[in-house]
Amino acid sequence: MAKITASVYTSHVPAIGAAMDLGKTQDDYWKPLFAGYDFSKQWMKAHQPDVIVLVYNDHATAFSLDMIPTFAIGTAAEYPPADEGWGPRPVPVVKGHQALASHIAQSVIQQDFDLTIVNKMEVDHGLTVPLSLMCGSLDPAHEAWPCPVIPLAVNVVQYPVPSGQRCLDLGQAIRRAIECYDEDLNVHIWGTGGMSHQLQGARAGLINRAWDKAWLDQLIHDPVACARVPHIDYVREAGSEGIELVMWLIARGAMSDIDQGQVIGKPPRLLHRFYHVPASNTAVGHVILENA
Amino acid sequence: MALDKPYKDVPGTIIFDAEQSRKGYWLNQFCMSLMQAHNRDRFKLNERAYLDEWAMSEEQKQAVLARDLNWCMRTGGNIYFLAKIGATDGKSFQQMAGSMTGMSEDEYRAMMMAGGRSIDGNRYIGEDGDAQAHRQPQGAGQRKGR
Repeated sequence: MAKITASVYTSHVPAIGAAMDLGKTQDDYWKPLFAGYDFSKQWMKAHQPDVIVLVYNDHATAFSLDMIPTFAIGTAAEYPPADEGWGPRPVPVVKGHQALASHIAQSVIQQDFDLTIVNKMEVDHGLTVPLSLMCGSLDPAHEAWPCPVIPLAVNVVQYPVPSGQRCLDLGQAIRRAIECYDEDLNVHIWGTGGMSHQLQGARAGLINRAWDKAWLDQLIHDPVACARVPHIDYVREAGSEGIELVMWLIARGAMSDIDQGQVIGKPPRLLHRFYHVPASNTAVGHVILENA
Repeated sequence: MALDKPYKDVPGTIIFDAEQSRKGYWLNQFCMSLMQAHNRDRFKLNERAYLDEWAMSEEQKQAVLARDLNWCMRTGGNIYFLAKIGATDGKSFQQMAGSMTGMSEDEYRAMMMAGGRSIDGNRYIGEDGDAQAHRQPQGAGQRKGR
């Protein structure tokens, strides 16, 4: 039987990817940020998953205004890194896990979450920066990501994005889907994006450290309450792009202490927590939780 | 019953909802085309001619030519789409975001290094934070305007 053993949460700022691709990780500006992921890289090596379900948002890359799916699951064999305007990132092609992805799609749709199924998609920094942060720099010519990845793209570009509650509920549905997959697989689920940041207008550059920290506390210790935070609180307190944080609730909902919207079991172990300002325009948050 | 839009009272912020998306459809789709290298080359060769291939309003075209991202946003642009123009110009996301405040690049970078813009006074329109309309433009833009 497949099982989710851990969830990982991290911001996915494009400049972080650029810093890695240009060999700037030891610059004074970037050093403290990357130090926050030293533990995580070691932990990834020691606890390598068989598959990662990676929740992220597409930034007008694979999805233009032609189509705006609220939740889209990738069921393809592979996902090439996209050219977002600066040229594609020099990172390995992301390999999918078609059998498990299709299984999750079928099971989750039958649990009343109407996922869009995507068989052809390029992936942008939203997906590749978290992989780089957790796995380190890899040479696409002769290295690969450590395991297959199932992309789960969430619309956070055009308002309204799904509610925190919907995200927490979807996470639970994904866990139920994974737990009825016959093969023994060690699965991670990652939630990415955030934390406070605003990229537009006179309020660009907004950072709300106190709100971010309180939100992280709630995500970890009281996810049911965290899921009730309304959209407007994210926009007002964490900036117009801070709303990406709702995606972390999908990963949190997939942990085994929550079922039917309630806390039913032992809380997950907090293995790592990190917060840093700034990365370009953004506050970076990072958490690793392991199922008890 | 009208849709609830509680985000209209956040200062210095335009939420990209369905109304903005309709207004900005062709502007954003033009931006999307810049994800292909040959389109970036064609745009750079003759910006006006390239823009004229799209069903954008004249105002949207002027906003793009002026590289005024606030103006682009008001006419329906979304920052993730507009970022493709910045990428074409070789600008970072920080340079693009900073350009919308009036601050110089150094000023904006220094603000971020010091922990970013404060939320105080910037939650609701009508407060006195640095993102409020009566305090624009900020930094170098303000000194220039005097």
